[in-house]
Amino acid sequence: MLWACILFPQLALDSILRERDDADAPLVLISGPVQRRVLQAVNPAAAKLGLRAGQALTAARALADGFTCVEADPARIEQLQQLLATWAYRFSAQVSRHYPRALLLEVGSSLQLFGPWPAFEARLRQELAELGLRQRIVLASNPVAARMLANAHDGLAVTDPNDTRAALLNLPIDRAGLPADTREALMRMGLRRLGEVMALPRDALAKRFSAQVQVHLDQLFGLRNLGLGFYLPPDRFEARLELNFDVESHQALLFPLRRLLNDLAAFLAGRDCGVQRFALHLEHHEGAATVLLVGLLAAERDAAMLFELARGRLEALTLRAPVRTLRLLADDLPAFVPQHQALFDPRAQQSQPWEQLRERLRARLGDDAVKGLRAEADHRPECAWQGAEQGAPGALLAPPGSRPGWLLPEPRLLSEAGLQLLGQAERIESGWWDGGDVRRDYYRIETRDGLRGWAYRDLAQPGPLWLQGWFA
Amino acid sequence: MGAVVALDRLLDQRQVWRGRQAQARPQGLQPSGYGALDQRLPDGGWPPAALSELLLASPGCGELQLLWPTLARLTGAGERVVLVAPPFIPYAPAWQAAGVDLRWLAQVEADNAEALWAAEQCLRSGSCAAVLCWPERAEDRALRRLQVAAETGNALAFACRPQQAAHNPSPAALRIAIDARPAQWRVIKCRGGLPPALPIASAQRS
Repeated sequence: MLWACILFPQLALDSILRERDDADAPLVLISGPVQRRVLQAVNPAAAKLGLRAGQALTAARALADGFTCVEADPARIEQLQQLLATWAYRFSAQVSRHYPRALLLEVGSSLQLFGPWPAFEARLRQELAELGLRQRIVLASNPVAARMLANAHDGLAVTDPNDTRAALLNLPIDRAGLPADTREALMRMGLRRLGEVMALPRDALAKRFSAQVQVHLDQLFGLRNLGLGFYLPPDRFEARLELNFDVESHQALLFPLRRLLNDLAAFLAGRDCGVQRFALHLEHHEGAATVLLVGLLAAERDAAMLFELARGRLEALTLRAPVRTLRLLADDLPAFVPQHQALFDPRAQQSQPWEQLRERLRARLGDDAVKGLRAEADHRPECAWQGAEQGAPGALLAPPGSRPGWLLPEPRLLSEAGLQLLGQAERIESGWWDGGDVRRDYYRIETRDGLRGWAYRDLAQPGPLWLQGWFA
Repeated sequence: MGAVVALDRLLDQRQVWRGRQAQARPQGLQPSGYGALDQRLPDGGWPPAALSELLLASPGCGELQLLWPTLARLTGAGERVVLVAPPFIPYAPAWQAAGVDLRWLAQVEADNAEALWAAEQCLRSGSCAAVLCWPERAEDRALRRLQVAAETGNALAFACRPQQAAHNPSPAALRIAIDARPAQWRVIKCRGGLPPALPIASAQRS
């Protein structure tokens, strides 16, 4: 088994920066009680102004001006960690969030698919960079060693237990994850590296320090196993994005929307499913949230396509109040079946598949805009057809030329002046069982202009001719 | 002088108008299904990947009769046909009786302004073999867009318009006026050839 540890050294700061389009502006993360605000993290631009993590906010304000303060939000970080676990689940079945701000992945069994390790590592780094997160990745032969080596290294890969041991022996004591008092005691004894500690007699070490220290060292060197809880992906996707300011235009919502949908796409790829229906809640300062439902006919998971569809619906919406928060909810996550495409397709290769085109049209024109046509086994003209999602031929065959190609939405009163009736009447008498009783004599007619129509006389109320269709 | 262009290619692409074309034409890529009409058209049928305009004396005067064989052929081959905002309801049994495979027929409902957009999207996508639309007040620019979209998506575009529009120029590759009395087709314009001088009697309507 090989374990990779991905450590996110600046997770709190990155979680803020990735949602802002001005990532280069000075920004600090603050925490602590209201009376004594402390800078928790600073970005490089803020560091250039002389700000350091750990400074009091008042001191920082005295030092510099024109930086943005953002409150640290543990809920947001938890949400991001959840997303990262989902993302990592694509690469390994054993993903653990045992350590905060770090992911442990069993990658030994994934190398067959994603390997070799340098290529795999590059891919992990690239995808994390796209998510806007800084990372340190270390590969080792057991999970605890991988985590602790990540404290001191980035990009280290020790696949052999002996190499892992050698790397650990060289690890500074203050990076080995020991409790603070133990660390201090060891430092005062003049020990600097883990190798020097391991050279001490085991029983002497056990006598001086608590049992946890020995357990931790054994786990570190692979002598004992650490019981890891593994991550199980959730069945639904929910993400929330606070905008920090009032947004009144669609245009300004597109950037955060794209970010949300990218997260959704990462989640879907991890679960190997698609999304059929999702809801975008636009939350206002007061009053109920505006809900935008995006429904698709087939499951999709391409981020760009989801964005385009959601954008089409968003632009049709009128915002009744400024938007404060965006929330994306997806419950309906069916299996995703990729589009089948033959090698020798008769249509042009750059073409957009019909399913995508249909979604595009529905996104702009409304959910019911695209319909197929289904023929029904009924003699009444108004019941003989039906709009359906998928068109289908009917069982009842009309002789060619006996029925008009166009049907009027409603029968129209026809004045008989200049009309010519062609041929005999055809009686249609049907529907007594479902309340839509019809007794009509149908005639083919020709108007003065040479148009041929289909008109009937109602036998229940004898009177004028009603035009119902055109033989176009 | 620019690049040398082979004469054959120019003639094959029908970029050059030839005054008299006596020789028998080969069967076109998109035959209309009516031999008398195909014979007179320079492409041996509908111009492929282009806009064809049907100018109707009045709605319902015979456009389906002209188009049904083509639509039946396309849907029979498993290619998709889209009706964008038709003025009436397509009566399914009659379409089925005409040979159109309803599984490959789709109908898009859109109001006037959106109909042109929808038609253009369908044409451009390349997943539709033929797109029928009924632009009500289509200016030159809109028709040109349809023409370009049909070229991009390699699809047949049919625009049904009232006959009053026949006097205005149009970028369509083929313009056919459909008269109800007498029942006939008049080719007003066909790209790459001289429009036949005499009207063509439409097949006897039953």
